[in-house]
Amino acid sequence: MPKIVFLWSDVVVMLLVLALLAYGWRIRGSVNLRASWTKVFHDPAALCSAVILLVFLGVAVVDSVHFRRALQSAGGAQQVQAYSTRTESLLDVVFSTQVEGRETTYSRPLATRAFTKDSREVNGRTERIFPRLDHGGAHLKDDEAEWAGDVARRALLGLAIGLAVALAIGAGVAAVVARVNGWTWRQAVVQLRLNQTDLPLRAGLVTVLVLCAVFGPVFALATQYHVFGTDRTGNDVLYQAFKSIRTAFVIGTLSTVATLPLAVALGILAGYFKGWIDEVIQYLYTTLSSVPNVLLIAACVLMMQVFIDTHPDLFETGAERADVRLFLLCVILGLTGWATLCRLLRAETMKLRELDYVQAATAFGVSDWRIMLRHIFPNVVHLIIITTVLDFSALILYEAVLSYVGVGVDPSMNSFGGMINLARNEMSRDPVVWWSFAAAFSFMVALVLAANLFADGVRDAFDPRSRIFRPRRNPLGRLARPEAAPAASSSTPSAPASR
Amino acid sequence: MLNYILRRGFYGFLILLGVNLFTFLLFFTVNTPDDMARLNIGGKRVTQEQIEKWKTERGYDKPLYVNDKASGLDKLTDTVFWDRSVSLLALKFGRSDARSATDIGHEIRTRMWVSLQLAVPLFVLQVFASVGFALLLVFFKNSRIDFWGVVACVLMLSISSLFYIIVGQFLFSRMFRLVPISGFAPGLDAVRFLILPVALSLLSRLGGEGRLYRAMFLEEIGRDYVRTARAKGLSEPRVLFRHVLPNALIPIITSAGSYLPYVFLGSLVFESFFGIPGLGAYVIDAISGQDFAILRSIVFIGSLLYIATYILIDIAYTWVDPRVRLS
Repeated sequence: MPKIVFLWSDVVVMLLVLALLAYGWRIRGSVNLRASWTKVFHDPAALCSAVILLVFLGVAVVDSVHFRRALQSAGGAQQVQAYSTRTESLLDVVFSTQVEGRETTYSRPLATRAFTKDSREVNGRTERIFPRLDHGGAHLKDDEAEWAGDVARRALLGLAIGLAVALAIGAGVAAVVARVNGWTWRQAVVQLRLNQTDLPLRAGLVTVLVLCAVFGPVFALATQYHVFGTDRTGNDVLYQAFKSIRTAFVIGTLSTVATLPLAVALGILAGYFKGWIDEVIQYLYTTLSSVPNVLLIAACVLMMQVFIDTHPDLFETGAERADVRLFLLCVILGLTGWATLCRLLRAETMKLRELDYVQAATAFGVSDWRIMLRHIFPNVVHLIIITTVLDFSALILYEAVLSYVGVGVDPSMNSFGGMINLARNEMSRDPVVWWSFAAAFSFMVALVLAANLFADGVRDAFDPRSRIFRPRRNPLGRLARPEAAPAASSSTPSAPASR
Repeated sequence: MLNYILRRGFYGFLILLGVNLFTFLLFFTVNTPDDMARLNIGGKRVTQEQIEKWKTERGYDKPLYVNDKASGLDKLTDTVFWDRSVSLLALKFGRSDARSATDIGHEIRTRMWVSLQLAVPLFVLQVFASVGFALLLVFFKNSRIDFWGVVACVLMLSISSLFYIIVGQFLFSRMFRLVPISGFAPGLDAVRFLILPVALSLLSRLGGEGRLYRAMFLEEIGRDYVRTARAKGLSEPRVLFRHVLPNALIPIITSAGSYLPYVFLGSLVFESFFGIPGLGAYVIDAISGQDFAILRSIVFIGSLLYIATYILIDIAYTWVDPRVRLS
């Protein structure tokens, strides 16, 4: 029986997912929230990026279930059960072929032979050749002749499976649409194809199709090859890229969550009470924000590093140490980054507290705490949401820079920053080792771009003022074809089965 | 005006004190000087003698805040706090923690000019490029150019600046061999070394800033005076350049001004990638060498510059917007 390990960041990821679900439940219950969030998903770009983010989130969650395998005990039953020192996650189980299929050094994507020459015995003589890889394409007898056919076959098979999965998902969505609108399934399919549904589901389904068409062949090939090649120590790059997703997610979410308590509490307090409390809080955040951010983070991280190095006995395994470092990095990013949101909330609270309903509450003798909690906080939540989603992508990009500077996550932990950092040296080799870089680039751009587009959608929905900044390619086109814009006419979500 | 500047200056001084106290607490109480000595000496077995020697060489063996052994005013001045924190206010940085124990003040003074050579052209070009790009998008508002321009902006701001550097270095230095890969030379030769980092840095921030400035311009364009100007029959370029641009300058100054501290500190990443011996590279060296004395000094300078910048920005407001009264 393996021992489940709860690392600090695992707990936080799980709590965040629970919080997300709870918030989803709340949206169901509240008409206003539901209207706002439907508006978010009326934006096709936001819907598509939500699909992609969901996939990434799934990977991050799967990667957050850690355990240590039980070791075969050597003797009697009385012996204390020993566990492996390696902490694995569920994702490692999924990628077990990649984890175990380690080569000795670099190999090109989908290669069957090593990237560098090595001395091998051939027909009794020692020659310098490109040796066959231990795992990549090891099932082929004559790799040069069979390689192209095998790769094509696997890729097509993967593509077929991917398309089948996409079609199944599409059929499922059509069934749900049919049920909600009271249509027949066939009608629903037609409506989906014509993009006549309330939400731009067609765009979302196209995204699903693209994802399946990309990842189907990738996974099909990954069973026998290293799709993105291997790095200097022979580890599979695709696996590293997948592992990095969790790091990026944890940094993106946890750091913003860590800013919230201070930013929200102090911001509202300062805006509500004014006077000397305001002065003190302003002084605090001005002081904090007057230190250039990178330097402040670097200083804090180095101090944390010294602490971790001088207390090695606190951590049982290397993974635990790396995780604590990640966790503390997020806390540091949070503690150094609350000034912006705090300033925003202070200004908003100052505006809100002069409004009639707050004045009325004061007149009724409602206590200050209650006013802040019941009347002010719910009305600044949209600012918090906007900031959180906007910061998410910025923080992922920031992690790469911090890793480069040397104050990022633990070097033993996979992260996009770490991959880029190594890629820097690889790009100056001759011939160029480009695949680590390409993998980090494509995964990171996909993640950050999706996050940015989603954030834009959220901002447009929650902050109506920002909508004027949306570029429209054809502003009159919408007016000319009113039926093409169902979003505008039915912005309030219609009740189920109200045809 | 003078009154205002003085008041802001005093508040800035208070903040500087806060920063100083904060960094001191961070560097000396989270970890004791012993821990840092152990880390700096390195190796597994570090004897207490080595630690004591390391501390004495760098003056960390004194008490932190109050020296009971000394008498009179020395009770306060003969301490680590006085040596390492209060003296920063007089811009006395002392020596670095590394074995070479270089004079930090001297390093900063020489490296500052290198950083400025990179950062001043970059700062000026950045403002022009971003404002120009944003104006272009606004001028073609609601057209294909605007739409795809914003799409390009979002795409560009989703790419880490490290990617720009690596790809740029690879293309222009290795494949086309147009510029040296890294390094620096004083005088006019510096142009060859600086042109690529400046161009790449411009590109990496163009997406984010272009979009931000575009939003600022659009906000101004929705105002009544713009409608009046158009109703008068002014041409669109005239409306944009004579009416909208000056009014949109206020938020742009704030946004661009927040980069000013980095004009002096230099870009950490760009300097160290391109081997430019400026302050940014100095910081990276200090971080990888775990030289806390350098880091403390740079943190202090950074916040000093930040405070000065914000006072400058406030003064710049009065210059672009006569309505803003400094009172």
